[in-house]
Amino acid sequence: MSSSVYVAGVGVISAIGNNVAEHLTSFEQEKAGMGDITLLNTIHKHQLPVAEVKLSDDELAEITGLSSTISRTALLSMVAAKEALADAAIPDFGNLRTGFVSANSVGGMDKSEDFFVEFLADNNKGKLRNVFDHECGSMTEIVADKLGISDFMTTLSTACSSSANAIFYAARLIKNDVLDLAIAGGTDAITKFTLNGFNTLMILDKELCKPFDEHREGLNLGEGSGYVVLVSDKVAKTLSKIPYCKLSGYNNSNDAYHQTASSPDGTGSYLAMQGALKKSGLTPSDIDYINLHGTGTPNNDSAEGTAIKRLFDPVYPPMSSTKSYTGHTLGASGGIEAVFSVLAIKHGLIYPNLRFETRMEEVPFEPEKKFLKDQDIKHVMSNSFGFGGNCTSLIFSGI
Amino acid sequence: MSMKVYIRASACISAQKTFNSDGFLDDIIEYTGTRLKAIEPDYKQFIDPKQIRRMSHVIKMGVAAAKQCLNDADVTMPGAIITGTAFGCMQDTVTFLTRIIEQQEELLPPTAFIQSTHNTVAAQIALMLKCHNYNNTFVHKGISFESALIDAIMLLNEKETDNILVGGTEEMVDTSFKVLTRLGLYRRQPVSNLSLFTGEFKGSIGGEGVGFFLLSNKPSTDNLAELTGLKTLYKPKSIEEAIIAFLQSNDLKIDDVDLIITGKNGDIKNDEIYNQLSDLLFKNTSLANYKHLCGDYSVSSSFALWLAANIIKKGIVPDTVIERNIEISSPRKVLIYNHYQNKYHSLMLISAI
Repeated sequence: MSSSVYVAGVGVISAIGNNVAEHLTSFEQEKAGMGDITLLNTIHKHQLPVAEVKLSDDELAEITGLSSTISRTALLSMVAAKEALADAAIPDFGNLRTGFVSANSVGGMDKSEDFFVEFLADNNKGKLRNVFDHECGSMTEIVADKLGISDFMTTLSTACSSSANAIFYAARLIKNDVLDLAIAGGTDAITKFTLNGFNTLMILDKELCKPFDEHREGLNLGEGSGYVVLVSDKVAKTLSKIPYCKLSGYNNSNDAYHQTASSPDGTGSYLAMQGALKKSGLTPSDIDYINLHGTGTPNNDSAEGTAIKRLFDPVYPPMSSTKSYTGHTLGASGGIEAVFSVLAIKHGLIYPNLRFETRMEEVPFEPEKKFLKDQDIKHVMSNSFGFGGNCTSLIFSGI
Repeated sequence: MSMKVYIRASACISAQKTFNSDGFLDDIIEYTGTRLKAIEPDYKQFIDPKQIRRMSHVIKMGVAAAKQCLNDADVTMPGAIITGTAFGCMQDTVTFLTRIIEQQEELLPPTAFIQSTHNTVAAQIALMLKCHNYNNTFVHKGISFESALIDAIMLLNEKETDNILVGGTEEMVDTSFKVLTRLGLYRRQPVSNLSLFTGEFKGSIGGEGVGFFLLSNKPSTDNLAELTGLKTLYKPKSIEEAIIAFLQSNDLKIDDVDLIITGKNGDIKNDEIYNQLSDLLFKNTSLANYKHLCGDYSVSSSFALWLAANIIKKGIVPDTVIERNIEISSPRKVLIYNHYQNKYHSLMLISAI
C-alpha cells in the first residue's frame, strides 16, 4: 500500500496550446483561446465564441497515429495522454501494473451527430462506423489500446467534475495496491449536442467569459484534454527526475440541491474543499493558490465564491479561473486544470483571471489579474463542480 | 486489495418479476422477440407523481430500485452513491439529438439535455435523499458496474464510510436497439427467451434493467451474502489461467466453488469460451445462466450479482437458471463469470456469511 501518490508527468491540449510548453507561453502572454466557431456546422456560428483546439481532426490524426474517422474526443485524449506518459519517462514501464483512468462527458457524440442525420431520415441508413464508438468508454479504450495499456482501464462521467474524479479514483487504485501507476485525467470535444445544450440553459456568454466578475454573463464552451501520470512511492523512487508534486488531498461531495443549478450557499463546493483539506491534513491558510472552477455563469461563481468565503475568510489565497483562457472544457476541465495546478507548483506561477474588472458583490475578495512568476507555491487547490451537484476538489502539494 | 464487503440488501428491476416479489424466479415470463423490456414498478410508491412525468425510463427505474434497496437495508442516508452505466440516459440523449436536427437547433427545450448526462441517476438519488456524500458514475462499457463496485470496495477499505449504495443502470430505447441490432448484437429472427441457449445462432437478445446493492463492511445476520472477490480483465490471454489465479488469490480452488453463473447469451461466438470452460475447468461444477431472463446489456452483471446474493441467502437455485446441476445443495460459494463482447471479462466471488 502506497502512502503517497506522486505526479510524475503531465500532458495537456486546449485552445491555448497543443502541449505543456505552448500553454506556459500563452499564460505568460495572456493569450485567451476563444474565437469564432470553425469546426461545427451550426447556426450559432459567429454568434457564440468557443475555445477550439487549433487543429483539425486530420491534423490530430496525423499527430497521434489514429484514424481521422475516430471521434475528436479520443483524438484530443491521445495527444495529452501521450505527452504525459512521455514526460513521466517511467523506467521499466512494461513490467508495472499500469492503468488508464479517463473521463469524458460526450463520448463519440461528434460522430454520432453525423450518423443521426441520416439515421433519422431512414433507420437503416447512417454509417455504422460513426456510431460504433458512441460510448464514453470507447474513448478510453481507443487511447489505452494505442498506449499499450491493458492492465486496467475505466471511464468516469460526472459532468464537469468528471476528470477530477478520475484523477483521485486512480490515486486510490494506487493507494489500494491495485496499480503501480496510472495515467489519469479526461477529455471532451466541442459538439453540437453540448453547444446547444448549454445554449438552451442560457448560460453561454455571447462575449468572452468573465469568471468571478460582478458582470459575468455565462461561460464559453471549450475543448481539450489533460492528464497527469500518478505513481506509487515505489515507482517514484525509480524515476530519473524528481516528481512534480504529490496529490495530497481530494474529496467528492454532492450539492444535492438541483440537477443543474448550484445551491446559493455553495454547500457541495464547501464540503468538497473542506474534505480535501481534511484529507491532506492542511488548513485553509496553507493553500497558496486556488485554481477555481470559475465557469463564468452567475450562479456557479456565486456559489463557489460563497463557499470560499465560508471556508477561507478572512485571509484569501491568490485565485483565478483559467477558464478565462481555455473556456469551459466540461469533462476535461478537471484534468486540464490539474495539469495547470501541477505546473503552478513546478514553476511558481499564478495565472491571471483574464478580463476581470469588478468584484462580485457577495464576496470580499478578487481573483488575481496579473501573471505572477517566481512565487513560492507549495499547495494548490483545484476545484471542479458539475451538473448533478457533483463537486470535487483536489489538492496538489510540492515535495 | 483486502476486502470485507457484505451485501446487506439488493433490489433489481428486470424483465422478470424480480422487484418487490415474494417469489424467487418461480414464475418466469416467456417473451418471444429479440428484446426484453423491464417490468415497470408502480413508481408512485417511490417518486413524487409530478417528477415521474419528467423522468426518463432509466431515471425512474434507478431511483425506484435505489429507494427499495435502502428500505430493505434499513438505511436512510448512504455514505456514498455510485452507479455504473455504459450508455447513460439514452432516452433523453436521443430526444435532444433528434430535436437539434429536426428543429435545426432552434427553440430547444432544455429538459432532455439536463437529464442526458451520465450521472443523472446517481444525482437524482442524491437529490431525493438530500445526500451530500460521495457520488460517482462509471461509464466503461461492459465493466461499468464492476468499476462502480471497485470504487465501493476501496471506499469501505479506506474506512471512508460503512455503507454504500451501488448500482448498475441501463435502459434500452428503440434507437439504441435498432443501432445495436444493425451492429449484429441481436438475433435477426424472433426467439423465445426460454430457448435462447438452444441451437447455434448469431446474436443474443437485447435487455435492460437496474440492480442496486447496499454494501457494508459490518457483519450482520441480515446480510444476504459477502462479496469476497472482484476482478476485471481486458482481453486476457488465457481466461482459464486468470480464473485459476483469481480463485487462488482468494485461497480457493475450482472444486471449492459450488456454483458458477456464466454470462452465456445465446450468441455462438460469445458462448464459445463458456462452452470450452464447461468441458474443462468448470467440468465438475454446477453451472447456471441468466441472460435468457433479463436479456444482454452492458451492466447485466448487476442482475447476476442480485441472483447470486439471493441464491446464497435463500439456499435455492431456481430451476430456470440451472444449466448443469452436479450437486443439489445450498451453494455457499458462487462465482460469476461474465464477459462483454469478448473484450471485457469480470469475475465476482460471492460467499455465504
